[in-house]
Amino acid sequence: MLKMLNQERIVGAIAVVLFIGFSIGLSGFLSGSNILSLIQNVSILGILGIGMAIGIIGRGIDLSMVSTMVISVAWMLVMVNSGVNLWLALGLAVGFAVVVGIVNGLLIAYVEVPAIFATLAMGIVVYGFGKSFLIGQDVVYLPRDESWFYHIGSGQIAGVPNPVVVFALVALVAALFLKFTKFGRYNYAVGDNVATARITGIPVRPVIVAQYVLIAVIAVVAGVVVATAVTSMNTRLALSTQVYDVILVVVLGGIGLSGGKGGVRNVIVGTLLIGILLNGMTIMNLGYTTQNIFKSVILLAAILIDTMLNPRDEQTAQHGDI
Amino acid sequence: MSLSENMTRWRYKYVPDKAIGEILSKNWIDTLIPAFFLSVVLIIFGTQMPTFLSAANLSDIGRIYGEYLFIAIGLTIVMMAGGIDLSVGSTFALCNFVALSFINYMEWPIAVGMIVVVAVGAFVGLINGILIGYLRLRAFLTTLVMLIIVRAIVDMLLLDYAMIIGRGFNMSPVWEFMALGDILGLPASLMAAIAVAILAHITLTRLRFGWHVMAVGGSRRSAFNAGIKVKRTVCLTYVISGALCGLAACFYAARLSSASADVGRGLEVTILTAVVLGGISLGGGRGSVVKAALGTLIILLVQNSLIQMGFLSGNSSLILGGVLLAAVAIDVRWVKNRHKVLARAYVSPTYFKLPDLPDTSQGSDSPYALNDKLRGVEAIGLGELDGPEDMIFDRDDNMYCGSRHGDVMRIFAPDYKRVEVFAHIGGHPLGMAFDAEDNLHVCVGGMGLFKVAPDRTVTKLSDETNRSWTSIVDDSRLRLADDLDIAPDGRVFFSEATVRYEMYDWMVDALEARGNGRIICYDPKTDTSRTVVPNKQLPNGICVEFEGQSLLYAETWGCRITRYWFDGPKKGQTEVIIENLPGYPDNINRASDGTYWCALCGMRSPVFDLAQEMPGFRRRMVQAVARDDWLYPNMNTGCVIKFDRDGNILDTLWDLGGEAHPMITSIREHKGYLYLGGIYNNRVGRYPIEGADQNWTSSVSYWGKNRGGTRK
Repeated sequence: MLKMLNQERIVGAIAVVLFIGFSIGLSGFLSGSNILSLIQNVSILGILGIGMAIGIIGRGIDLSMVSTMVISVAWMLVMVNSGVNLWLALGLAVGFAVVVGIVNGLLIAYVEVPAIFATLAMGIVVYGFGKSFLIGQDVVYLPRDESWFYHIGSGQIAGVPNPVVVFALVALVAALFLKFTKFGRYNYAVGDNVATARITGIPVRPVIVAQYVLIAVIAVVAGVVVATAVTSMNTRLALSTQVYDVILVVVLGGIGLSGGKGGVRNVIVGTLLIGILLNGMTIMNLGYTTQNIFKSVILLAAILIDTMLNPRDEQTAQHGDI
Repeated sequence: MSLSENMTRWRYKYVPDKAIGEILSKNWIDTLIPAFFLSVVLIIFGTQMPTFLSAANLSDIGRIYGEYLFIAIGLTIVMMAGGIDLSVGSTFALCNFVALSFINYMEWPIAVGMIVVVAVGAFVGLINGILIGYLRLRAFLTTLVMLIIVRAIVDMLLLDYAMIIGRGFNMSPVWEFMALGDILGLPASLMAAIAVAILAHITLTRLRFGWHVMAVGGSRRSAFNAGIKVKRTVCLTYVISGALCGLAACFYAARLSSASADVGRGLEVTILTAVVLGGISLGGGRGSVVKAALGTLIILLVQNSLIQMGFLSGNSSLILGGVLLAAVAIDVRWVKNRHKVLARAYVSPTYFKLPDLPDTSQGSDSPYALNDKLRGVEAIGLGELDGPEDMIFDRDDNMYCGSRHGDVMRIFAPDYKRVEVFAHIGGHPLGMAFDAEDNLHVCVGGMGLFKVAPDRTVTKLSDETNRSWTSIVDDSRLRLADDLDIAPDGRVFFSEATVRYEMYDWMVDALEARGNGRIICYDPKTDTSRTVVPNKQLPNGICVEFEGQSLLYAETWGCRITRYWFDGPKKGQTEVIIENLPGYPDNINRASDGTYWCALCGMRSPVFDLAQEMPGFRRRMVQAVARDDWLYPNMNTGCVIKFDRDGNILDTLWDLGGEAHPMITSIREHKGYLYLGGIYNNRVGRYPIEGADQNWTSSVSYWGKNRGGTRK
C-alpha cells in the first residue's frame, strides 16, 4: 500500500481535495469566469513548468526563462506594432530566444558556470538588453488584428479553452520527446550522472546546450499565450517572482532537483495544485505579498522534502554545485 | 666552447626565467586581476568624468562603500565555506526597517538599537544557516526563497508602518556621527567597515574558525573526515552574513532614514557581482577579504559613474549582468586551469654542460668498468621494508632505516630477521646519523631535521633556515632535507636537495639543472639553522671527513663530489674532488680503510646529457608534452664507488641484472659488510667486503668506544 504512495499521487490527491474544498468553501470559485481564469493561469504555469522540467531533469535550472519569455514576445509585439509582418516578427522572436538559449547552454556546458548562477545573470542581462535596445515602454499592447494568432490565449476549440489546448500540445510533444527520442533519453542520463554519461559516450555538452535552447523556445510559446490572453505584455513581469512559481510547480510535482527523475505527468500534477492554490488565495483576497509568503514557504517545504527524499550524493555532486 | 654555447649560457644565467613561475605560484597573484580591473575603471572614469575625483564625490562614494563592504565581507565568508547568500538584499531592507522604527521612531539608545538590528539580521541568517547547514538544503535556491519571503515581510510592514516611521527623527549626536561623521578624513561607515574587514581577514587567515571555513569550502568531505564540525561552521557563516547586513543597515538608516520599498532591492546581485569580480570563487575555498574589497570598489565605481552619466536602469542591469557573467566565466576557467598554467610556467630549465661520459664498458681499463660484484647479495627485511633510503647501526649492531610511511624501522642484530617500528615521524625519513650521545638524527623529506633519542622520543630540531633576500619563493621552510652528518663539536650539517620542488616532484628538479639546493648547518648550541653553501645542484650525500674539519658533499645532478671546510685554516673554502662521474651520486659514507663509499643512484645517458645543454628544448618539452612523457634522468641502474680523499676511484661495484638493487641511494660499511639501501627498494642488501676490518664500525671509529665520549 505504501509503495503506491509517491509524491505525484500525494500531490494529485491534495489537488483534488483542495479543489473540492474551495468549491464548497469559497463562493465564486466554481463560477465560469473564475474557472476560465484559473485554467489560463494554470496553462501558462504548466507550459513554463514543462520547459523548466526539461532543465531540471538534466540537472540544470533556468532562472532566465521568464525574462526570455517577456522580452522576446514584447519585442515581437513592438515589431508588429511598427508594421513588421507577424510571422517574420514571430520568427525573429524565436530566433532571439534561441540565441539566449545557446548562450545559456554555452556558459553552462562549455564554460562550466553553475547553471543556476549563469541563468540568474542571463535573466538580468536579457532584461537589461531588451529594455535598453528593443523595447521602449513598460507595457506593449497587442495590435488590433483579427488573425487567429491573437486568439491563442483567449478563444476556445470545441469548448476547450485554447491555453489548455496549447498546454496539452506542449505537454504531449515534450512527453513523446523525453520518452522516445534519443535526445530525451540522453537528457535523463546527463541529469542522472554527468560523468557516467560522458564516459558512456553521450555528447554531454551539446545535450546541455540543446536543453536550454528548448527551454527558451518553450518560453516563447508561453509568452504568446500570456500576451494573447491579456492582450498585452508587461515587461515588468520579468522582475516578478514568477519564475519561482514555475520551480514550485516542478519541484512540488515530484521532479527532484538532483536530476534524472520525473516526467511531464509530474508537471501536470504540480500545476493543478499550484493553480488551484493561487486561485483560491486570490479569491480569499489575500494580498500579493501574503501570497508570496505562502508560496515561498510552500516552496521551501517542497525543497526540504525533496532534499530528504533525494539526498545529495557526495560521489556525483559536482564542485560548485550550489 | 663555441660562441653560441656561450650565448646560451649567459642567456640562462642572467635572464631570471624562474621568477615568472615563482610569482605565478604566489597566493596573492589572483588579487592582481581585480586590481588591474580597478585601475582600468579608475583611468576610464577618471578621464571621462570631470567630477569623478572631486572630494564630494569621493566622500559620497566612501559612505556607500562602507555599507557595501559590510555585506560583501559577509557574503565572502559564506562563499568561502562553499555556500552563497542571496537573501542579503532583503535582510538589509528588513534591518533598515527595524533600525528606523527602533532608533529613529521609538528613539531607543543607539547601542541597544544597533544590537537589536544586528540580532534581527543574525536571526535571518540563522534560519538560512539551519536550513542549509543542518538540513543540507541547496544554498542558492534556499536563500533565493528567503529573499522573497523576507522581502514580502518588509513590504507588508512598510504598507502598514512606512508613514509612521518616516516621521521619526533621532537627534542623538552618535546617530548623526554615523551618518555624516569623519574619522581622519574617512567617513564613519567606511572606517567601521575597514575595522570589520581587518577583523575578518585575521579571522580567515589566522584563527581557527577561519581555517575551518576555508577547509569546509575547499573540500567538505575532507573537512568532515578531519573532524571539523561542518554543519555548525556552515550555519555560522550565514549568521555572520546576516549580522553584517544588520550593521550595514544601521549606517544606511542613519544616513538616509529612507523607508522606501526600494531599499536593498537588487542589492544581492550587486554584492554578488562585486565579490565574484574580486575573485571569490563559487564553490568555496578560495578568496580573501582584500579581493572582496577590491571587487566591491570596482562595482561601486562603475555603478555610481553609470548613474551620474545618465544611463537608464535597463542599461545598468545589462552592464551589471554582463560583468557578473564575464567575471564568473573567467573565475571558473582560471580555477580549473590555474595549475596547468602554473605547471607550464614553473619549470624553468637552464644551461648545464657535462664533459663527455666516462667509459664504463666491461673489460676496459676504466675505473668504472662494469662487473657483477653485487649479484646475489643477501637481502635483509625483504618485503617488510619500504623505501629504506639510508640505514645506520647503533652500538649493539641493530640496524635502523627509514620507510615511505614515515617510520624509522629497527632491524635487530645479529641475524637481522626481526623488524619493528622504532619511531614514527611522518614524511619520508631519509639520511641518518648518530651523535655522540647515541641520538639518532634523521633528515625527513617534507618535514626537516629530527632527532630520535634511544628512548624513542622524537624531537624536531629544525624545519627552517634563514630566508635569502632575493628569493621569490619562501625558501626559509625546509622542503626536502636529504642527508646529514654531524661534526665533532655537535653541529649538524645537512643537505636540502631543492627549494623549488616538493618531495614527490624531486625528479623534476633534474630538468632545471640549476643549483636549487643548499647545505645547511644546524647548531644545537643556539638551536638555529643557517644556510652555509647555497645554490647547489641537488646536494645529496654529506659525509664529515676523518680529520673532522671538512665534509664531502655530492651534487646529484652536477655529477660531482666536493669538499667543504667548515673549520680549520681553509674554513669556508670548497674544492671539487671528483668531477664528471658516470652517474648521479647520492649518499657518501666513510670506509674502514680511511677511504669513502659513494652510491650512484642512477647512470647518466648521452641523451639526457645532451638535453642538459639545451634548455630551450627542455622548456618546449615541459610545455608541449604530457608530464608522463617527459625525459627524465635514468634512475633504474646504479652502482657503488669507492674513492680516496684525493678523488681517485678505487673500486666500483655493479649489479648488472638490476633486479635486487635497481637503485642504490645509500651504502654503509659495518663490521666487514657493506649494506645497500634504495629509496624505491623493498629490502636492504648486504655485501661482504673482501679484506675489510671485521670489527670496524663507523660510529665507534668516529665517536670513540664509550657513549658520550670525545672523539679520538
